[in-house]
Amino acid sequence: MSASLPKNQEFLLPASNLFIALSLLVALLLNWLPWQGIWLALRPDFVALVALYWCIHKPYRVGIGVAWLVGIFADVANASLFGQHALAYSVLAFGGIVLHRRVQMFDLRQQTLQVFPVLLLAYAVYAAVHWQLHGYVAWEYFAGSVVSALLWAPLTLLLQALRRPRAEAEL
Amino acid sequence: MEHTQSFRFFNRGPSPAVRLAFFVLLSLLLLFVDARFKYLESARNALSILLYPLQRLVAVPGSLWQQADAFLTLQSNLIRENDGLRQQHSTDAVQLQQLQVLQAENRNLRQLLAVQQNAGYPMQLAEIAYVERDIFKRKLFLDKGAQASVQAGQVVMDDTGIVGQVTRVHPWLSEVTLITDKDHAVPVQVLRTGLRSIVFGSGDTSELALRYMPVSADIQNGDTLVTSGIGGTYPPGLPVARVSRIERDPAYPFARIQCTPIAGVARQRHLLILSGLPKLPERPEEETAAADKPGKGRRKKP
Repeated sequence: MSASLPKNQEFLLPASNLFIALSLLVALLLNWLPWQGIWLALRPDFVALVALYWCIHKPYRVGIGVAWLVGIFADVANASLFGQHALAYSVLAFGGIVLHRRVQMFDLRQQTLQVFPVLLLAYAVYAAVHWQLHGYVAWEYFAGSVVSALLWAPLTLLLQALRRPRAEAEL
Repeated sequence: MEHTQSFRFFNRGPSPAVRLAFFVLLSLLLLFVDARFKYLESARNALSILLYPLQRLVAVPGSLWQQADAFLTLQSNLIRENDGLRQQHSTDAVQLQQLQVLQAENRNLRQLLAVQQNAGYPMQLAEIAYVERDIFKRKLFLDKGAQASVQAGQVVMDDTGIVGQVTRVHPWLSEVTLITDKDHAVPVQVLRTGLRSIVFGSGDTSELALRYMPVSADIQNGDTLVTSGIGGTYPPGLPVARVSRIERDPAYPFARIQCTPIAGVARQRHLLILSGLPKLPERPEEETAAADKPGKGRRKKP
């Protein structure tokens, strides 16, 4: 049945609140893995990606508030200032919600190009806060936004695939 | 977005722009309060207790890998390591003897001079719980916290030199800012000449910078920098860094001096927390009015 579902209907797949919460939790854990050196610079922001995915696919369920809350958790675990991740993720969620109809019109490759500026904006917000407080910016930090954008397509496929069996069970 | 506002069959609450404005303001407020005041520390502690099991969970794959790595060490490696350690032990034993003699002599001399004695700090062994994942900062988390009476401001070192200082204490964890952190400075002294200076972190784990040293300063490649003890945070005489590169350009007033930290800032697993902070002598009476009180934070000026 999943194959028969038209491509432009895929965003209508159901998603339980538990699944959304679990995906965000797993993304947080992935971000907290001990990344070091060059891998730290290239580390995609899994939380940003998953939050953006939900903002685009379920804009009335996962919004700016949820993104902000997840950002607070990220702030505590990363020992960054309260609100630094939260601010970046709020902006990210806003971008996702505003663009959600537009992004859903494209295929995955084109979606990557649509999503990249939003991710870059969130990264820039985080870096700007850091620059205001500490007076310098580590430019390699932005490499993470490129890797994140490249991971958009695989991540979307993965989450869609995880949502599909549920659709079969409920139909 | 105007689209969704014009067709409002269902009430979805405030529009995304209003929500964004609300959460951005809230974030900025939190940022301001957290950066300027200390009111949010208790909230952070509460949340960190909540997240503690998760943080230990993500450290599991790394420690499993290390255990597997240790288990699969070759016997020849072990024999070589054993030989090396035995040799090291015999040389160390001789040096220890000399050190004891020197300590006794030093104690006598200090008593003669009526200098306040500040040797032998009690130490606490702690393990690195996990490493900071933010590329902007150089921080570690140790597995001893307020429960083990760790205090902010205590010095952290490994067996060779200074690693950093405790900057925030959670109930079971403490946060250590490395000396290589960009915002960190240590008052030091060149061991060979006694020249005083301050060494700054560069944000890179293998580099420190000695700034504001005149071009004519007597400093050479390979010079060892030890803490000077001025400023009160770091006890005197602990090794910090070794000078690795000097650029003297007469066009600039200061020489560019790069140092490498002596301690394995990025390599260690167990670290020592110095428990007793040195007691500073009382400030002279006439200065107290003019100078500000010594704060609990680190002080950058020697």
